[in-house]
Amino acid sequence: MALLDIQLLSKSFGGLQAVGEVSFSVPQGAIKAVIGPNGAGKTTLFNLITGNLRSDSGKVLFQERPIQNMPSHKIAALGLSRTFQNIKMFHGMTALENVMVGRHTMSRAGFWGGMLNLPWARREEKEIRAKSLELLERLGIEKLADNDAASLAFGQQRAVELARALASEPTVLLLDEPAAGLNIYETAELARLICTIRDMGITIVLVEHDMSLVMDISDDIVVLSFGQKIAEGTPTEIQGNKEVIQVYLGDDSDA
Amino acid sequence: MGFKNILILVGLSLLVVVTQQVTQWTDTTFYLTQLTMAAYYSIVIIGLCLVMGYAGQISLGHAGFFGIGGYVSAALTTHNFAQYPDNPVIMSLQKVGLLVAGQDLYGGDLLTFGPWTAFLAAIGLTVLIAFAIGIPVLKLKGHYLAMATLGFGTIIYRIALASAFFGEADGISGVPGFPLFSGLEISGSFSARVANYYIAWGILLIGLILLLNLIRSRVGRALRAIHASEEAAEAMGVNAARYKLYTFVISAVFAAVAGIFLTHYNGGIGPSEAGIMKSVRYVALVAIGGMASVWGTLTLGTLLNFMSLRGMFGSYDDAFFGLILIVIMLFAPNGIFRLHLWQRLRAPFGKSSPGSTEDES
Repeated sequence: MALLDIQLLSKSFGGLQAVGEVSFSVPQGAIKAVIGPNGAGKTTLFNLITGNLRSDSGKVLFQERPIQNMPSHKIAALGLSRTFQNIKMFHGMTALENVMVGRHTMSRAGFWGGMLNLPWARREEKEIRAKSLELLERLGIEKLADNDAASLAFGQQRAVELARALASEPTVLLLDEPAAGLNIYETAELARLICTIRDMGITIVLVEHDMSLVMDISDDIVVLSFGQKIAEGTPTEIQGNKEVIQVYLGDDSDA
Repeated sequence: MGFKNILILVGLSLLVVVTQQVTQWTDTTFYLTQLTMAAYYSIVIIGLCLVMGYAGQISLGHAGFFGIGGYVSAALTTHNFAQYPDNPVIMSLQKVGLLVAGQDLYGGDLLTFGPWTAFLAAIGLTVLIAFAIGIPVLKLKGHYLAMATLGFGTIIYRIALASAFFGEADGISGVPGFPLFSGLEISGSFSARVANYYIAWGILLIGLILLLNLIRSRVGRALRAIHASEEAAEAMGVNAARYKLYTFVISAVFAAVAGIFLTHYNGGIGPSEAGIMKSVRYVALVAIGGMASVWGTLTLGTLLNFMSLRGMFGSYDDAFFGLILIVIMLFAPNGIFRLHLWQRLRAPFGKSSPGSTEDES
């Protein structure tokens, strides 16, 4: 049984079908990519899985449990962590604090524990800090810990965001266009990072524009066009798929 | 809560003591009355600071919560329940000792609630109403939320003004003192003036410690995350709706506590305490203090409330706070402590350091 199973998922905006009966599954430990030209419905599909959008029909099963249309904070608590195409750092907070917010689901001090500064809440807070620093070290960005996250370079923000998403010790990591805005060196570095994360035992789903990144690291690729799944397979299969080439490069006979 | 905050708290405590000593030497102890009242108002303001500065919400209804606290406590401790001798509810309440028998000025029988019972009832009601208002209203954002909370404030004000139980336009007077422990009592009697000054500032300090702890905790971090990006905070597993609601309720309780104690200190409460102009004043004071700055809000809130209570703004009192709001929004939307006036003044005379000294709590 797959870890994450998407079944006939659909979403329309007015008369436009953004995602139409898309199905695929993600096995444990895989890197699965969703690609497609602009407007193919990639980000919509992504937001349906993470609970940021409500689907019209279809199912999302995580560990055989339906999670479609759950609020996104509950989905996060189940072990699906995500990043954003435009990063969404917590401005006015340091890089370390950003990662510490990522530990939210792994800690439990509430309003009483916080206001009364209870001993167990203090201990938990220390642990949150230590674990978050450890994560920054693991990604090689511990030097940035005390910098205001919003002041970092784009590539560094991307790394901090990854650390923040990993802080919740997720089962599945969902990356929304992680290479957007990165140069080729930063993209190569990102590819290395994603593989490291996979080696930690975390299953990865990414929506991506950057072909070279996808072809390099994915085990399996789903191709969307106008909200429909038109192909699914290994990078080699996809590269040889006629329909995919046509969608990406256009068809001479049309012109 | 951080070394810096502890230092400031110690400094503030010293300042409170020194101020009292100075009024003693200079024979100006009458100032202590307004300083006591200003301390209670500051409890409302720091609570609102949490809502506005950290959770990123606005409330133009906090005088309503202040009013609920003050009015419920005043009504329960002054209303004579001896009028309904055969009411089974009153009888059973008397039996469990919640109602206290006494005598009025003319020797008539008096049956009222004890101050602590009234306190718990007022807080309980505040929590209920804050949840009932907060659950639907906090779904709104920005000026929609401001208008909805304004509506709530208007309702409370009109209830205070129209209901005979709450004394209509006269309000409620003759509210008894509030016994704390070992003979200490919140009351306006002249002999207790110094003690009450310390009680008020003590309660304010406790409120400050609770808030500063919260801001530095996991919850405070989540609130700041919600303020920065609600979508990303949700993706980290933060239940934004619940956190905003709880923050709103906590600040409502702060306002109600201030309302209860100030009412017992003043010996009464009038409808203007629950009025819109009071809510606007609270918002103005949080804004001028810099929204997310508990210390800035506290300093300016106490100072301006003290000046207002001393009558320094005359009949233009409310107009002055309206003016503050306009000027702050135009020239210093981050509060006057973020203007770095000192650095600006120094800049023409030499090297100015670009590093700011902003306080984040």
